[in-house]
Amino acid sequence: MSDTIKLKRGLDIKLQGEADKVFIPLRTRKFAVKPTDFVGLRYAKLLVKEGDEVKVGTQLCYDKYRENIRFTSPVSGKVVGIKRGAKRILEEIQIESDEKGDAIDFGAADPNKLSAEEIKQKLLKSGVWAGIRQRPYSIVADPEEQPKAIFISGFNSAPLAPDQDLIVHGKGKEFQAGVDALAKLTDGKVHLSLDARNKASEVFTKSKNVTLHYFNGPHPAGNVGIQIHHIDPLNKGESIWYAHPQQVLAIGRLFLEGKYNPERIVALTGSEIKKTGYYKTIIGASIKEMVSKNTTDETLRYISGDVLTGKKIRKDGYISFYDDQVTVIPEGNYYEFFGWAKPGINKFSVSRTFLSKWLKPAKKHRLDTNLHGGERAYVMTGEYERVIPMDIYPVQLVKAIMIEDIDLMENLGIYEVDEEDFALAEVICTSKINVQQVIRQGLDLMRSEMS
Amino acid sequence: MKALRKYIDNIKPQFEKGGKFEKLHSTFEAFETFLFVPDTVTKGGSHIRDAIDMKRTMIMVVMAMVPALLFGIWNIGNQHFISQGIEAPFWDMVLFGLGKALPIIVVSYVVGLGIEFYFAQIRGHEVNEGFLVSGMLIPLVMPPDVPLWMVAVATAFAVIFGKEVFGGTGMNILNPALTARAFLFFAYPAYMSGDKVWIAEKADAFSGATPMALATSGETESMPDVMDMFFGFIPGSIGETSTLAILLGALVLIITGVGSWRIMLSTVAGALVMGLLFNLWGANAYMQLPAYYHLVMGGFAFGAVYMATDPVSAAQTTRGKYIYGFLIGVIAVLIRVFNPAYPEGMMLAILLLNVFAPLIDHYVLQGNIKKRLKRMKAVAG
Repeated sequence: MSDTIKLKRGLDIKLQGEADKVFIPLRTRKFAVKPTDFVGLRYAKLLVKEGDEVKVGTQLCYDKYRENIRFTSPVSGKVVGIKRGAKRILEEIQIESDEKGDAIDFGAADPNKLSAEEIKQKLLKSGVWAGIRQRPYSIVADPEEQPKAIFISGFNSAPLAPDQDLIVHGKGKEFQAGVDALAKLTDGKVHLSLDARNKASEVFTKSKNVTLHYFNGPHPAGNVGIQIHHIDPLNKGESIWYAHPQQVLAIGRLFLEGKYNPERIVALTGSEIKKTGYYKTIIGASIKEMVSKNTTDETLRYISGDVLTGKKIRKDGYISFYDDQVTVIPEGNYYEFFGWAKPGINKFSVSRTFLSKWLKPAKKHRLDTNLHGGERAYVMTGEYERVIPMDIYPVQLVKAIMIEDIDLMENLGIYEVDEEDFALAEVICTSKINVQQVIRQGLDLMRSEMS
Repeated sequence: MKALRKYIDNIKPQFEKGGKFEKLHSTFEAFETFLFVPDTVTKGGSHIRDAIDMKRTMIMVVMAMVPALLFGIWNIGNQHFISQGIEAPFWDMVLFGLGKALPIIVVSYVVGLGIEFYFAQIRGHEVNEGFLVSGMLIPLVMPPDVPLWMVAVATAFAVIFGKEVFGGTGMNILNPALTARAFLFFAYPAYMSGDKVWIAEKADAFSGATPMALATSGETESMPDVMDMFFGFIPGSIGETSTLAILLGALVLIITGVGSWRIMLSTVAGALVMGLLFNLWGANAYMQLPAYYHLVMGGFAFGAVYMATDPVSAAQTTRGKYIYGFLIGVIAVLIRVFNPAYPEGMMLAILLLNVFAPLIDHYVLQGNIKKRLKRMKAVAG
């Protein structure tokens, strides 16, 4: 049984630098766990110090306010650096791999024969738990709670996003084991959403214990937030958990192999990459080997993730915990003479004031990070609605957050949204308002009010 | 362009904090960003951004007004010479019109932008481009013979009390250009209504009544031909007479997506519905006037295309836009027909709905909120 949900609103941004469908092994010994990857982790307490030997699955730090949530090492080797930022926030726990892959044994087991509590304990101890997040807030799921459903998005619709079908290909057993474990954690359903515009992998379509849904439409159709909104919308007080396919695979491997196996396939994309492709690596890998001698010579921005929601990292930085994509695009730190007045034959815009919209609608763009204007108060209306396929009033919600009106935020659906769902609105905003940041502030405010 | 960029980079420090011309920082920035789109890059959030910005959006609206402006300039001369009974060549009319219109435009921009720059400076904001549009709208809704000091006073009033006291562009409740016109209408009615003002330097013997004045006084049989009104060969405010030129502007706004077609469409629909109702009633000559006459008379078309669609003062929700536009159309015709003191119902109708737009949006939002609460109750119960 499956249904197709058609979405009209949204936007597929066509960029140059899609990943070639080839697998490349990544040789690097540098890895890091970055506590800043985990939204809402206010204080990470360290369990190791520089020079300590660690195994795969050794606990490195934990959430001081939710002590059972542990973060573990993806490789075996030595802790070679602890990097702290402003206010001594723990930014990176750097580990040099000895490439032996010594792993702690958590014991293989059939998730169908375990209780929910046993499954939870295994996931928490091994650190695989961090891969399960919850809506609202997009924080690591709270093990004390019961979600009303669990969502897995089987496709990613963001610009240059990796092909999830390719990533899971041939891994049906792991995926199924992961799904079985997740299914035990909720009384509700496990929803798996697929792209109606492509033929999905059999790993997805033949998996059991899930309810399949098909989404037909442009980005953000692949966002789990949009899928939740259309399948089982969140109300106040409810929570839904979600995990990306590669995290489901890691859960599956934990139960099949008894070990934390943080293998990760990462797509290297972007207009400035000479040789794109799918790199076989491990969570938290340094991108240095991937990108060195593989980019153009301009000033570049390295992004862990996609261009809409990814994080800016150094060129020897580390891939974030949840990301399976690295994007490299040019920086846009240049002045443009009368840039706003040009006919705009080659400019990217959804606005029909540029000729490119009329002459080259299918053009694949090479976009840089220039803001293309200055920040202004809201003037234009009806813009955000075009790219957010939800039954909410986005600008009104943003304004409610700006004035910190908690009741209004709740009424207008703050629990149903996340930063990533507003990313496209931020891209097309004429007033250049940092909408994602505002939404995050709103979610943080709600979370502190509710606890 | 490199030399220019270099020059700007050279003098820039003088306008920064601590520099000699620190107080002109906003002004400098406005001109700098006018010449060069700045080199700012994205920080956090989306790494790429759409090429659209406020400057381009606002300039599109100004461009959409160009047909109405050009026609208006010619028509000032045209009406003047007709009233004098002189057959003048085309360029004489244009030159005469230019002599009337250009000073008004200059005064409007200089006064308005001056105030905008000042407020941007004391607020520490960048100068918002909103006045580029208001500065052109104000001259277009003025009678050709309006004294320049009045334009200056009205513009200052509109920018300060219509906009800046609320927090600047984006925060205002009323459309600034209409605020300027309403200010003059109520402060100096002799200059803004009656038969004298709509033709520049009119010969005294010539009537000079606008079609709307004729309709209000019941002299519908002496009204000009409907095609003349459509093309705009009638006396009136500088930019409002030619429905054809305004339609060209509407086309620009709709094609570029800058102006809301929903508001334009529903405004026209509202006027037609009200006009038809009056036709059915038919108690006097004005009511019997074919409904479509309202679309080509007076400032209706101008208001529907350039004023009602101002996104800041209009309703902001999609459903709200339809209601807002429709009510503007209905009320504009209602005021025209029922209230002889205010022959131009469009101005007051738009201002009235500007005030009610937040209320309309409020009810549209309540609908969404109720749905959400109902869903929650269904789960709980």
